[in-house]
Amino acid sequence: MILKALIFSNSFALIIALLLIFMDRVINNYGPCTLTINDDKEIQARGGSTLLRNLFESKYFIPSACGGKGTCGYCKLIVTEGGGGVLPTEELMLSSAEKREGYRLTCQLKVKNDMKLYIPEEYLNIREYTGRITVFDPLTVDIRRVGITLFGDDEIAYKPGQYVQVKIPAGPEIDYRAYSMASCPDEHDRIEINVKLIPDGLGSTYIHSLSVGEPLEFSGPYGDFFLRHDSHRDIICVAGGVGLAPIKSILLYWDRHNMNRMLWLYYGAKSTADLYDHEQFVDLAARESGLKYFPALSEPADDWTGKTGFIHTVMEKELPGDIHGEAYLCGPPIMIDAVTAVLIAKGVPEERIWYDKF
Amino acid sequence: MNPVLLLFASVITSNIALTYFLGMCPFVTISKQIHVAAGMGMAVTMVMTLTASANWLIQNIILVPLGLEYLQFLVFIVTIATIVQILEIVIDRYFPILYLSFGIFLPLITVNCAILGISLFMVLRSYGFIETVLYSFGSGVGWLLAIITMGGLRRNLVFSKPLRNFGDPGITAIIAGIMALGFIGFTGVAGL
Repeated sequence: MILKALIFSNSFALIIALLLIFMDRVINNYGPCTLTINDDKEIQARGGSTLLRNLFESKYFIPSACGGKGTCGYCKLIVTEGGGGVLPTEELMLSSAEKREGYRLTCQLKVKNDMKLYIPEEYLNIREYTGRITVFDPLTVDIRRVGITLFGDDEIAYKPGQYVQVKIPAGPEIDYRAYSMASCPDEHDRIEINVKLIPDGLGSTYIHSLSVGEPLEFSGPYGDFFLRHDSHRDIICVAGGVGLAPIKSILLYWDRHNMNRMLWLYYGAKSTADLYDHEQFVDLAARESGLKYFPALSEPADDWTGKTGFIHTVMEKELPGDIHGEAYLCGPPIMIDAVTAVLIAKGVPEERIWYDKF
Repeated sequence: MNPVLLLFASVITSNIALTYFLGMCPFVTISKQIHVAAGMGMAVTMVMTLTASANWLIQNIILVPLGLEYLQFLVFIVTIATIVQILEIVIDRYFPILYLSFGIFLPLITVNCAILGISLFMVLRSYGFIETVLYSFGSGVGWLLAIITMGGLRRNLVFSKPLRNFGDPGITAIIAGIMALGFIGFTGVAGL
């Protein structure tokens, strides 16, 4: 009886699997297609796979933070031919102006025929890098500092605040996960990322399972969240938890270049155990009079003498009202929203607030 | 049972959404706009008819002769998932316009309890093949009608401003309840 059930269920599963493989190979196979990029380059693409994946495979790196789920909206490009109608899964991420211009969400759009598309100049500078893990220190219970030194004489140029996409081998498919660089851009031969372990998270569990000496591949630099160089305004930096990473890059750059601009650093975490690189900032603030450092804990222990509460309430009290600054925020969406409201109330115009929500 | 009566009963008097309250998740979440609701309803109708028919064949040609009826749940769920997957691939390739209107909903339907419910009901009530096809198609159409009606009613919520504390899902559940009351009036017209 059990044998019969076993034989049946196995053969049933086998038939289903074969059927699905057959369908995927035959029906979902649109054959090779040609993608024309910026009117001058042609690449061969695999029909049936998404445009984003095809571009990645041909070494065109398009920003994408959500892993192709259609939730971050970074991977939009102008597709002028062969895209078909806008899919319902793209609707949420495209404004009506973008739709008129022909923008498409490349992680949702499948390549089914020849296409013509445009990739902005700055994306073409993005390339792949390979390095070896040289630093692998625990910063808190679940956050690790991962330092990657590039192989050979390879060098990376980026702006403070930008991010990279780390290649995650997930079974037969390859996936990418975005991490902000926490290092100073002046060091061209290495980068640092801070990785918070998310239970069952594809990227963080993989990176946390590595150790010093192991190789890691990534592409970059990505993102328009970076320190504006052409301004003389004071810098307001707000970080929540592991959102400190890009802010730290900005801070290190600011320190290294002796900028004649004040830097207000607001750093929110849950408890002392979640606050990392704190001593380094305290030392820096003691040395540099231009740095004002305000750490705040939302669930402090009894021995904490600093600020308590959420970071936006601390800012309400500690940020001068007449500040003519520009703000860089990185943290969870709820923090970004609350902090943005405080900044606007303090007279910082919205177009001078840059943020990285995660 | 008279086939015409069966079809009528499954569409109206024994409506799968409003008398059995199956398939509630999409019924509440995807009924905000009529055209979206219609897309979902069409997808459900299609999947329901195909899966119940396929499950009937598997049940009566394979499971019953082998005495493996107890594997029903497992086999039905796998069949449904497979059919949905195949349907998505086929529609995307050959009917791009249909894919634009309801392709996005197909993966959602895999875990819709109304779909599995129909397959289980058809076994419980020992329907023949033709009866199963009619019953599942009718139930799909019934679900489609229910969700379109709900979409129409919810559109009018803009004008009536229900109590804020009800929230969106709250008032939807209340509307569904009142609609179901209306359907109870049909009880006994064609029993199922």
